[in-house]
Amino acid sequence: MKPGTKLKSAVCDTEVMVIKGGDAVVSCGGAPMVDDKPADPGAIDPAFAEGSKIGKRYVDAAGTVELLCVKAGKGSLSIDGVALSTKDAKPLPSSD
Amino acid sequence: MNLSLILQMAAEAGPDTIGLVCDGRRWTYRALWCAAIGAADAMAASGCTHVALLDESSEAAPIALFGAALAGLPYVPLNYRLADADLAALLGRIAPAYIIGDVDRIGRLDPDAGHVVRTRADFVAEAETRGEAGSEPPETDETIAVQLFTSGTTAAPKAAVLRHANLLSYILGTVDFMSAGEDEAVLVSVPPYHIAGIAALLSSVYAMRRILLLPAFEPDAWLALVAAERATNAFVVPTMLSRIIARIDAGAADDTGSLRAIAYGGGRMPTEMIDRALTLFPETGFTNAYGLTETSSTVALLGPDEHRAAHRSNDPAIAARLGSVGRPLPTIELEIRDEAGRPLPAGERGEIYVRGDQVSGEYKERSALDADGWFPTRDAGWLDAEGYLFLAGRADDVIVRGGENISPGEIEDVLLTHPAVGDVAAVGIASTEWGEAVGVALVARPGHAVLDEAELRTLVRERLRSSRVPERIILLDALPYNEMGKLLRREVRKLFQP
Repeated sequence: MKPGTKLKSAVCDTEVMVIKGGDAVVSCGGAPMVDDKPADPGAIDPAFAEGSKIGKRYVDAAGTVELLCVKAGKGSLSIDGVALSTKDAKPLPSSD
Repeated sequence: MNLSLILQMAAEAGPDTIGLVCDGRRWTYRALWCAAIGAADAMAASGCTHVALLDESSEAAPIALFGAALAGLPYVPLNYRLADADLAALLGRIAPAYIIGDVDRIGRLDPDAGHVVRTRADFVAEAETRGEAGSEPPETDETIAVQLFTSGTTAAPKAAVLRHANLLSYILGTVDFMSAGEDEAVLVSVPPYHIAGIAALLSSVYAMRRILLLPAFEPDAWLALVAAERATNAFVVPTMLSRIIARIDAGAADDTGSLRAIAYGGGRMPTEMIDRALTLFPETGFTNAYGLTETSSTVALLGPDEHRAAHRSNDPAIAARLGSVGRPLPTIELEIRDEAGRPLPAGERGEIYVRGDQVSGEYKERSALDADGWFPTRDAGWLDAEGYLFLAGRADDVIVRGGENISPGEIEDVLLTHPAVGDVAAVGIASTEWGEAVGVALVARPGHAVLDEAELRTLVRERLRSSRVPERIILLDALPYNEMGKLLRREVRKLFQP
């Protein structure tokens, strides 16, 4: 996954942009994410249905993959069945 | 990666939220996004290779910035204050361009270059009309988002290139999406052709902090807009702050109680002025930002708590930090190096080098990055023991006297401690004996018209050393600054020429 690549959920409205890549296959709602949304979206796996939040950054435990959620959805993000966690930002005072 | 993502996300998260107020008109994020899509359509249809803005700040600036990003064309905001000949040369370097703004001037300066020119009103109207029916264009392969011409103090202006990846990395690394409260509004009064003006648009949209655009800075208009729109944030350059304070001191009574945060940068802020501002706005958080065009804006900052701590401190080392630009961003690496490129320890002056994803360090003609990705800023500075960065002028401004490097800043700082000195600039002047010697241009503080040159020389000799003592001292009514508050040292140098 190249930085800048956009991925879409095959089962909900979620869209992410890759910030840091890797070879991993990212899933949303339990289904691998795709380049183009299918006309007939499948069902969300209840184990991955906590939802994604716009503007949040999602990372894997090893820190090799980082995704920015650019559109929220009902599915949650995972790699190899392990849920991704949100990255806490360090708050900086606005300088612009 | 594409910058348009910033506006797209804001429009997705808060389509009906007001994102921009300009000249009394209020724009929702959805309206801005539609206009950007329409603008991209018009720009692509023009067949031009660049998008330029030759205008004061208005809604046309964000619409053109995001529209150009969507269309895959470099956005080139131009300095409308440039003289005709200088502007004509720049127009020739971006032809054919889709240009928004001063139609008459472009027709006069560069009539045959194939530019497509629109007035602000026509551009905005066309963008809105096209945007109503339009949809987001396919992702482009263009990687250049913004091209800014440097001020070109010694040679022809350089075209600094900022890629989508640089600017997005800056925004994603420093701003949390939708982090602004609903009542937050930022007053933007820096010109659209300055990196601070571009960064302000991007940061504010991503934070979803409402932008209050002031077309051109004027202190009374600034104060009136703060009061009318309850501005909570603002960015100013030092000259703006000085003029605002002068109006308040002269009795301007606008309610500025809504201001929670004022950020400043873009030039040297006299310590006395920021001290005065901290007293005048006791509840406001001040942030000093240091950055360059080539670094996508801020690389180091001194935050509100650090300002207050320094303002109150009796510890000279902490109090001195009010004159620093704070510490590097967590996403930035920063080093001070000597002339051979070797890193210097804390306390030693050298050239500031930075590295990070937001750092482009690139011009249209060449990249200035070294093999390891470090950008030599040509700014001189030093770090204190806690990592606070102090600026010491441009590396090119160093005075070389008999092989000894002298930073103008150290002489200026000493002279400014004299009660009769209001403003000062030290420059290198030709010397048959030393190659260069120190020349000092002084502005007397009001009520201190007579300056005792011998006393000033003694002050420098005692606080520094004899090589720093000015060979020539001249008295001026005012030092030459540009509109962003940058001292024009080349103009000062000319005053010493025979």
